[in-house]
Amino acid sequence: MTKTLNNKAWLLVLPVFLIVAFSAVLPLMTVVNYSVQDTFGNNQFFWNGVGWFQELLDPSTDLGGRFFDSLWRTLLFSAIILLIEVPLGIAVALSMPREGWTVALSLVLMALPLLIPWNVVGTIWQVFARSDIGLLGWVVNHLGIDYNYTGDPLDAWITIIVMDVWHWTSLVALLCYAGLKSIPDAYYQAARIDGASRWAVFRTIQLPKMRRVLLIAVLLRFMDSFMIYTEPFVLTGGGPGNATTFLSIDLVKLALGQFDLGKAAAMSLVYNLIILAICWVFYTIMTNVDAQKERAEA
Amino acid sequence: MTDSVAIRPSDVKTSAAPLAANKVLAGPRVNGRVVVMTLYILFLMLPIYWLVNMSLKTNTEITSGLTLWPRNLTFDNYITIFTDQSWYSGYINSLSYVLINTVLSIAFALPAAYAFSRYRFLGDKHLFFWLLTNRMAPPAVFALPFFNLYSAIGLFDTPWAVALAHCLFNVPLAVWILEGFMSGVPREIDETAAIDGYSFPRFFVKIFMPLIASGVGVAAFFCFMFSWVELLLARTLTSVTAKPIAATMTRTVSASGMDWGLLAAAGVLTIIPGALVIWFVRNYIAKGFALGRV
Amino acid sequence: MARITLDHLAHAYKPNPQAPQDYALKEINHVWSQGGAYALLGPSGCGKTTLLNIISGLVRPTRGRILFDDRDVTDLPTEARNIAQVFQFPVVYDTMTVRENLAFPLKNRHVPRDKTAQRVEEIARLLDLTSVLNRKASNLTADMKQKISLGRGLVRPDVAAILFDEPLTVIDPHLKWQLRSTLKEIHRALDITMIYVTHDQTEALTFADKVVVMHDGAVVQTGTPDELFERPAHTFVGHFIGSPGMNILPCRVEGATAYLGNESVALQRGYRSLPGTDRIELGIRPEFVRLQPKGTGLPVRIRRIDDIGRARIARVEMNGRVLAASVPENLSVSGDEAGLHLDPHHIHIYADGHLVAGEALGGHAT
Repeated sequence: MTKTLNNKAWLLVLPVFLIVAFSAVLPLMTVVNYSVQDTFGNNQFFWNGVGWFQELLDPSTDLGGRFFDSLWRTLLFSAIILLIEVPLGIAVALSMPREGWTVALSLVLMALPLLIPWNVVGTIWQVFARSDIGLLGWVVNHLGIDYNYTGDPLDAWITIIVMDVWHWTSLVALLCYAGLKSIPDAYYQAARIDGASRWAVFRTIQLPKMRRVLLIAVLLRFMDSFMIYTEPFVLTGGGPGNATTFLSIDLVKLALGQFDLGKAAAMSLVYNLIILAICWVFYTIMTNVDAQKERAEA
Repeated sequence: MTDSVAIRPSDVKTSAAPLAANKVLAGPRVNGRVVVMTLYILFLMLPIYWLVNMSLKTNTEITSGLTLWPRNLTFDNYITIFTDQSWYSGYINSLSYVLINTVLSIAFALPAAYAFSRYRFLGDKHLFFWLLTNRMAPPAVFALPFFNLYSAIGLFDTPWAVALAHCLFNVPLAVWILEGFMSGVPREIDETAAIDGYSFPRFFVKIFMPLIASGVGVAAFFCFMFSWVELLLARTLTSVTAKPIAATMTRTVSASGMDWGLLAAAGVLTIIPGALVIWFVRNYIAKGFALGRV
Repeated sequence: MARITLDHLAHAYKPNPQAPQDYALKEINHVWSQGGAYALLGPSGCGKTTLLNIISGLVRPTRGRILFDDRDVTDLPTEARNIAQVFQFPVVYDTMTVRENLAFPLKNRHVPRDKTAQRVEEIARLLDLTSVLNRKASNLTADMKQKISLGRGLVRPDVAAILFDEPLTVIDPHLKWQLRSTLKEIHRALDITMIYVTHDQTEALTFADKVVVMHDGAVVQTGTPDELFERPAHTFVGHFIGSPGMNILPCRVEGATAYLGNESVALQRGYRSLPGTDRIELGIRPEFVRLQPKGTGLPVRIRRIDDIGRARIARVEMNGRVLAASVPENLSVSGDEAGLHLDPHHIHIYADGHLVAGEALGGHAT
C-alpha cells in the first residue's frame, strides 16, 4: 500500500506530539538542567558542567563504581530473564489448547498476572516466599533447603527471577500464541504429507512464522526488565545489601532518597541513552524484518 | 524418464517421523502439552491462591502456623476495607486516573494513528520512532522531573497529574496499536466516502470508527492495563487526596506489626478489576496480541 | 502408484448424521485408475475439498472405505499414504532454499544424501526450477512457489497420486496457462494419477482426461470433457459446463414429441416410459440452437445479440422463457422477431434433473 505524501497530516499528529513532548521533553530538559549542576540543598544550585558525567562514567570513583555495579546487575538480570522467559513462553504457547472452552480459560488465567499492579506483585511474592507464613518459603525450608530471600543474596536473586517469570512469561506466551494462530492449516498439512517430524515442524514452520512476534517479545521483555523497579523494590528493597539494587532502584534512591539531584540526573540521562540505543537497534531489525516480509509477499 | 534416479522402497524409511508428526495435530489427550499447560497454570495460580487464602484468615491464624485453607473463615479484612473511607477512596482514585488516562490516550492517538497509517509526511518515521522510545522510557527517570513539573502547574495530588504522566507511555502505545488496525482497513473506503460527499470528521466517526472498533477496544485494554499496574509515578505524583489504592496498602504496616490479613485482602481487591477486564475482552486478547503490538 | 477406489464413501461433519442433507459428502463409489488425469469440478461448497481431504487422509470418512490398489488405507494417516498435495495457497518452507525445500520430504524419510541430490536436480529440471535452486523460497513469485510445492510431491518416488486443491487461485492470469501446461507435461512424463479440484470449468476441461462433476455433496457425472458437453447426465452439468450453459426448458413429452407450450418439437428418440414426475425438461446446448429468419422454425423474439469472439450468441425469448442461441454468420435479421431451429440430434430430455435415455425409434415412428 503506497501512502500519499501529505504534510498536512502533521495537523493530525500535532496533539500527540504536543502531549508527549509535554510529558517527555519538558522533564528531560529539567533532567539535563540538573545534571550539569550541584546542589547543597535549599534550592541552591552551582554550575558543575560535565563533572557528574565524568564521575559517573569512571568506575574508579564512588558514583561511577556504584553506577557500573547497578548496570551490570541489571544487564545480568535482563539476560537471565530472557533466557528463561523466551523458551518457556514458546513452550507454553505450543502447549496452548487449540479449541474448546479451555482456550478462553487458559487465556484469562494466563493474562491475570499481567493485570496485577506491580507493587501487589511484589507483595504477593513477598508473602508467598516468606519462610514463616508463605507457602513457598515454608515448603522449601521444610524440604531441608536453607532459604531466606531477605538475608541471602542468591536467594533474593532467585526469588526475584521466579517472580518475574511468574509475572511476565505469559506476555511472551500470548505473543507467540498469536503468532502460531496466524499460521494457515495448509502448512501443517503439507508438513504431514512431507513426513516432517515434530521438531522439523517447529524448526521449519512455527519458529520462522513466530519470528516477528518473538522479536517484539524479546524487545519488550528486555526493556521492561531493564527498567524494573517496583517489584524488586517491594520484595527486597534492593537488598540484602545492594545485591538486588538495579539501575532504577539506585536512581530513585539517589534522587528521592538522598536528594543528589545532579548525580541522579546525570545517571538518568546515561540510562536513557542506553535504552534509546538498544531501542534503535531493535527498531532497525524489526523494520528490516517487515520489509523482508513485504518483499516476500509481493 | 530414462535418466530417472532409482530410489527403492528400502531407501525410504517411513517409521518414526510420521508418527511423531501426527501428534502435532492431534486433539487434546493426555500428553506433554497438557502437562506443560497444567503445570504452568498451577504455577501462576499458586501465589494468587495463597493471597486469597490469607485474606480470609485472621492475623492470629496467619502467624501461628501454615494452614492450606482458613480454619476460622473471616471476612473482617474485607469489611475493614469497605467501611474505611480512606481505603475505598483509594480504589476510586486509582480507577479515576486510569479511566481519564485511557480516554485521553485513545482520543489523542486516533487522529495521529490515522495520519501514520494513511500519509507520508516530513519526519514521519523519526516521529514514530521517537514516540516508541517513550514507551520504553524508564519511569524512574521521569519520577522527579514529573514531581517538579506537576507541582509547578498545580496538578500535584490530582488524578489528572497521574493520568497525564501515564500518557507518556500509553499514547505511543495506543498510536502503535491503532495504526496497525487502521492499516488493515483498505484506503479505498476513505476515497469512496469522500466521493459520496462525506466530510472528513463525519466519515471518521460514522464509517471509519465502526471499522476499527475492535482495535479501539484492544488499545483501550492495554492503556487500562499499563495505567492500572504502574505505581512508581502514581505514588510520586500523589500524596493524600489522589492516593492510589496500591499505595494505600503500605498503611498496613503499623506500630503493632504487619496486618497481613488486611494486606492480602487489599491485594485481592486490586486483582479483581484486572480480572474483570480480561474476562470481557478474552476473545480479543489473542487478536490484539496477533498484531504483535503491545 | 496405484488405483484409488472409493467404496461406499460418505462423510458428515456433524456427529450422528441422519438425513441425507446432514452429509457434506453423499455416498460415492468411484475408481480413479492409475495414471489418469482427473478433475473434480463443482461450485464452492459442493463437497469437493472434503473428498480431496478424505483421499489425502486429512479427514477420516464417516462411512465407507478407500483402497489404494487393494490395500485399505481408510485408517492410515496422511504420511503413510504416499499422497502428495498442492494447496490453494502456496506452501513453501520460508527459511529454506528451493533445493532444501525439494529435498525436505526425502530428508524426512532418510533417503541417502546422494540419491536425494540427484532426484532434486531431476525434478528441478522437469519443473524448470534449476536456475533458482539456490535461492530462498520465500522470495519467489506465487507460481514458482506452487511449482516448489508440486516438486516436493514429485521428488518422492512412491507417490500414488498428486492432489491439487485449486492450485491456480493466486497465480497471475497470464501464468495460469503456462503452469497448467507444465502440469500436463508432467502428467505425461511421469504417469502419476492426478486429481485436480477446481470450480473453473476451463481449467477442468483443459487439464483432465476425465472430469468428475460434483453438486450438493454428490457426484452427478463422470466423463470425458466431450461427454460432459455432448450428453450432460444432469441439468446441473448442462448449466455448469459450457458458456453460456445449456438451455433447459420445461416441457411435456408424448412419445417422440416434446411440447414447449404450444409448439411441438420432434425428437430423435422415444420416451414412452418417463418417470412419473412433474419436472420434465428439455435440454439443448446453445451451439445446437440456430437462429433463422422470421417465419421458419419456432417463433421467438430477440432480446439482444452478444459477440463472444468466436461466435455470436443471441438471447431470445420464447413463451416467456429465455434461451441462448447461436447466430449463423451470414444471417441478418431485421426487427426483433426471428425463428429458431433445434438440432434434434442434440436434444436431451431430463426427468427431475436426470437424463432419460429414451428408446431408439424404429422405422415405424409415429
